[in-house]
Amino acid sequence: MPTLRDLRRKIKAIQNTKKITKTMRMVAAAKLRKVQDRMLNFRHYAMSMESVLFDLSKVGERELHPLLAVRPRKTVEVLVLTSDRGLCGGFNTNILTSASRHIDSLRKEGFELSISVVGRKARDFFKRRNIPMRKSWVGLSGRITYANAQEISGDLIENYINETLDEVVIIYNEFKSVVLQKVTIARLLPIGEIETEVTQVEKGSIAVDFLYEPSPEILFERLLPKHIEIQVFRALLESSAAEEAARMSAMERASNNCDELIAKITLQANKVRQASITKELMDIVGGAEALKA
Amino acid sequence: MEKLKLEIVTPDGLVYSGEVDEVTATGSEGEFGVLPGHAPFLTTLKIGMLIARKGNEVIYFFINTGYAEVGPDKVVVLADSAERAEDIDVERAKAAMKRAEERLKKREEIDFARAESALERATTRIQIAERRIVR
Repeated sequence: MPTLRDLRRKIKAIQNTKKITKTMRMVAAAKLRKVQDRMLNFRHYAMSMESVLFDLSKVGERELHPLLAVRPRKTVEVLVLTSDRGLCGGFNTNILTSASRHIDSLRKEGFELSISVVGRKARDFFKRRNIPMRKSWVGLSGRITYANAQEISGDLIENYINETLDEVVIIYNEFKSVVLQKVTIARLLPIGEIETEVTQVEKGSIAVDFLYEPSPEILFERLLPKHIEIQVFRALLESSAAEEAARMSAMERASNNCDELIAKITLQANKVRQASITKELMDIVGGAEALKA
Repeated sequence: MEKLKLEIVTPDGLVYSGEVDEVTATGSEGEFGVLPGHAPFLTTLKIGMLIARKGNEVIYFFINTGYAEVGPDKVVVLADSAERAEDIDVERAKAAMKRAEERLKKREEIDFARAESALERATTRIQIAERRIVR
């Protein structure tokens, strides 16, 4: 039977834990809002860029650009995006299990594999399993910049062009809503069809009488790497929004569990207190009875 | 008097949006000027300066590579990054210039192109920031 003091100490400790989880939830919520703003800001840029690329892809003859060329697949690169820090529920576990499953199935199909990671959690995961990584970027989460996306995509493009890699696949958590994150596996390279979110009618109206400087072909080729950058940056933003959302709900659950525990232990403490009062009363009554006799 | 709608968009958001009278920018094939009624035009932009005139007011921008889409009544600039002259951090640009110069001196440096463009960015930033003061 625990003493009253022990129980009171326990309640105190859980109350402190709750303070922490509650604060972390609020911090995550604030960060999520910030990332969501950035996603919104970026959409404007991404959409204009993609619509220009789309228009250009329709104009004029062009040689097949190396980034568009489909080669026989030999080496497949898997780029895994996780967070740097934990305490965000199943966020990293989900990604890493799907990633290893995907890697295993690719290996069974007989492809050479190359793995790159973003985030400390993924790096540690593969290091622990002694799986070599081609490249790892850590310390980005929380303050992703477009320059990060440029660095990562620049590296991928370089390795794709000099044929170290024949295909690049990216695995990340997509931010569906505050309560839902979805593991997404997408192909980055070679570039497939370029799609835009702009409607068909708008698309047709732009391309016609444009002056291009330099020629549309060169322009198109220069803008292709942008397409990769945009996708990488979008994935990075999605992933960090999903991370904060996952952390938010994990901390929410933790705070609720704290409440539950506090209620349970308070009940127990009251019982112990009541029992000791009853015992004391019995002693006094017993003593009084003994004196009377 | 007809106006041009100038929009400067970067991955981190809108840098500028407003009506202006004239825009001058540094294209990859040379500097060009845009007045209202310009023919539709698409070009890549180098690291350089963009000048927007609005009546008597002149606004200077630093543009870090991108492209510009020009229509009869609008100019949309999509840049990797961009800032107004008064927002340029001169100290940081000077430090970046020094770093880039040192890297360029060491000939064995592999990433020559990167150091060179870093240097160009830094010097252009400084020039534009100074332009604002001299004006």
